[in-house]
This record gives sequence, structure tokens and C-alpha cells, in this order.
Amino acid sequence: MRALLIRDLRLALRAGGGFGLGLAFFLILAVLVPLGVGPEPGTLALIAPGVLWVGALLACLLSLDRIFALDFEDGSLDLLATAPVPLEAVVAVKALAHWITTGLPLVLVSPVLGLLLFLPAEAYGWLILSLLLGTPALSVIGGFGAALTVGLKRGGLLLSLLVLPLYIPTLVFGAEVVSRGAQGLSVGTPLALLAGITMGAAAILPFAAALVLRINLR
Amino acid sequence: MALVARGLAVARGGVPLLEGVGFALEAGQALVLRGPNGCGKTTLLRVMAGLQPALAGEVTAPPDAIAYAAHADGIKATLSVTENLRFWSDIYGSGGVDAALERMNLRALAGRAAQNLSAGQKRRLGLARLLVTGRPIWVLDEPTVSLDADSVALFGEVMRAHLAGGGMALMATHIDLGLPEALVLDLRPFKARLPEPGSGGFDEAFL
Repeated sequence: MRALLIRDLRLALRAGGGFGLGLAFFLILAVLVPLGVGPEPGTLALIAPGVLWVGALLACLLSLDRIFALDFEDGSLDLLATAPVPLEAVVAVKALAHWITTGLPLVLVSPVLGLLLFLPAEAYGWLILSLLLGTPALSVIGGFGAALTVGLKRGGLLLSLLVLPLYIPTLVFGAEVVSRGAQGLSVGTPLALLAGITMGAAAILPFAAALVLRINLR
Repeated sequence: MALVARGLAVARGGVPLLEGVGFALEAGQALVLRGPNGCGKTTLLRVMAGLQPALAGEVTAPPDAIAYAAHADGIKATLSVTENLRFWSDIYGSGGVDAALERMNLRALAGRAAQNLSAGQKRRLGLARLLVTGRPIWVLDEPTVSLDADSVALFGEVMRAHLAGGGMALMATHIDLGLPEALVLDLRPFKARLPEPGSGGFDEAFL
């Protein structure tokens, strides 16, 4: 399993691997919003939690279809399905690799972008924590969507339509954590729900994704 | 140890292709499937490898014994030849990367990125993967496509060594691998009869 993780990370980091795509999108969004909305600190501070969370979500969405499509095209997925590794673990590892190459960089860069959007000082900790807890759910749910649409030509559109509704709870609670944190209110409830969604998704969806992969490989 | 198929019926895209296919392979035997394009060789091999279910019949194989190699070699273009092989040897927990490189004549290409390989070299890499799996039953779909005469002979030798070591091979190929002892199964007599138009129930019109 570690071999698969190392391979996926190596592929993502080599030329054409798509590492940085989500990160660049996130950066561009956070730079463009102040230009579009106007430079008033008050307005920006108000919308910053939502903008940062929407940006992180869309940045994750951007690279989802690569999770299985590339392995499907070059035949690796057939070979992995016949290899002595459980397909559920393959799905989980590939979602983890997606999170390390997409979600984690977003978490790390988010404080800098918070600065661009005049995010109140007390919200930074909550921003990092909420992204850290919430972005793994985006990768796991996305892995399930990618498994559903693997083998479809131009499956990216269908993938987005399938996955976006499933992303909404994570977005709502994630942004809620940050905006409540910015106002100095208690964040326990949305934080617990956010963590619950991530853990539930990570516990159930690899099995569902492995099931649909087996059907799609027929 | 044996690979046995009994009364196997397979379908692709909802169309039945073969029915009543049966054979048995013992250790050290190779079976070559023959038949015209589209007769169901690939589908039969995918069923044998466990990638899709059979319509009817059963496959008996020892657990975790089958290594499958298809038209696509599962090669990652940005990884080097050695990295590609090492990945599969780690997955199968078998080792033997160096020996596989040597036996498929890939030593000189070991550090080269797979995207710079020719089609035949890629195929040799795909076949070297079989060696690192360490599995006794090889299920091969057109293993010699894009190989030159020397490489076909090389692969024939590797295959013979595999069989001599108690391995088995089930393959679809049009080219003579120089394995006179290989059994041949012509799939034409097993062609599935197409259901007559209109014979299905009303519901089937919508399936």
C-alpha cells in the first residue's frame, strides 16, 4: 500500500502530474475576489471565510477526475484490481494521495490568502483547523465520484454534478467554523459536525467506491 | 494446482459471445486461444482473471495465483523502467526486479523514462511485470503485439522457463511463440447463438 502512495505522490510531483493546479486556482481566486468586490476591509473580512472555503472546495474539485481516470486509461486499474491488494485500500490510498497533493497545500497556504482578504486575526487558527478537518472529506467524497464516472469519456462534468451536492455539508460547516471563530463565538458544534462528516465519509465511501469500480471495470 | 473452466458463457456489452467453453490446465501446460477478431478471446480472459463475472459456468483456480496482462501495459509514462517494475514488485511483495530486467533484455533501458520507450520496449516492460508478480498462472492477451522477432523468441524462452518451473499460461495470440507443446483451443465452435429477434419478452426491449 505504501508503494501505491509513493507512486501516486511521485506521479503527481513529476511533470504533467497536476500538482499545483488546485493551489494555483485557490491563489487566483483569493487574489481576484478583492479586485472584484472592492478593497473595503469590512466587506472582505465579512465574506473571507466563505470565499476561502468555496475556493478550497473548487480547487479540490478541479483535480478529482485524475484520481482514477489516468490509471483506467493506461490499464493500471485492471492490473491493480487483479493484484493482491484490496480495492477498498487502493481507493483509500488514492484519496489520501489526492489529499496530500491538493488538500494539504491548500491548508498550508490558506493563512496567506486570509491576509489578502482581511480575515480577522482570531479566525486564522479556526481556518487552518477547519480546512485540516474538512478537506480530507472533499478528497474521499471526490474519490467516490471519480470511481462512479471512471471510464466515461469527458466524465468531468458528470463528476462535478454528482459530487457538488455531497460537498455542501462540508462547505456549510467549514465556513461556519471560520465565521463564528472570526466573531469570537463558540465553534464546537460546527467543528464536531465537520469532523463527523469527514470520519463518516472516510469510513464508508472507500467501500462504496471499490464496489462501483468493480462494476465499472467489467 | 489446476486452472479449470467448466461450461463458461461470457458476454461483452450485454451481447453473449461464447458459451459452453471448458478446459483444464495442469502445471507446466500452456493453452493458446484462437479465433477471429471479436470472437470473445479478451472477454474470456477477463472472466478468467476475475475482472468480470461469467454469464454461466464456473472457473476454478487456486487463490491469488493469476497474473493478468492485457493490451494496455499499465505503464506510467513519467516513471522510469525500474520504478515501474519496482512498484509492481512492491505491490506483489515479490522482489526480483533485477532478474526481470535481465530476462526481458531491459537492462540498458533501466533508467529511461517509460514515455521514451518504443512500443515494443513498452511491451517488454509489460511482460517483465509478469516475472515480478511471481504468480504461477499467466493470463495473457496478445502478449506479442509490437514485439520484433528477437523479442518474440526471447519471450518464448521466458515462457518455456515459466512452464518448466511448474507455471501455467493461458493466452490469446495469433503469433507462433515457438511452443510446440502448447495446447490450442479454437473458440469458433463455442460461439454463442444470438437470441432471435423478438424472442425476448416485452421487458427485454427496454434492457
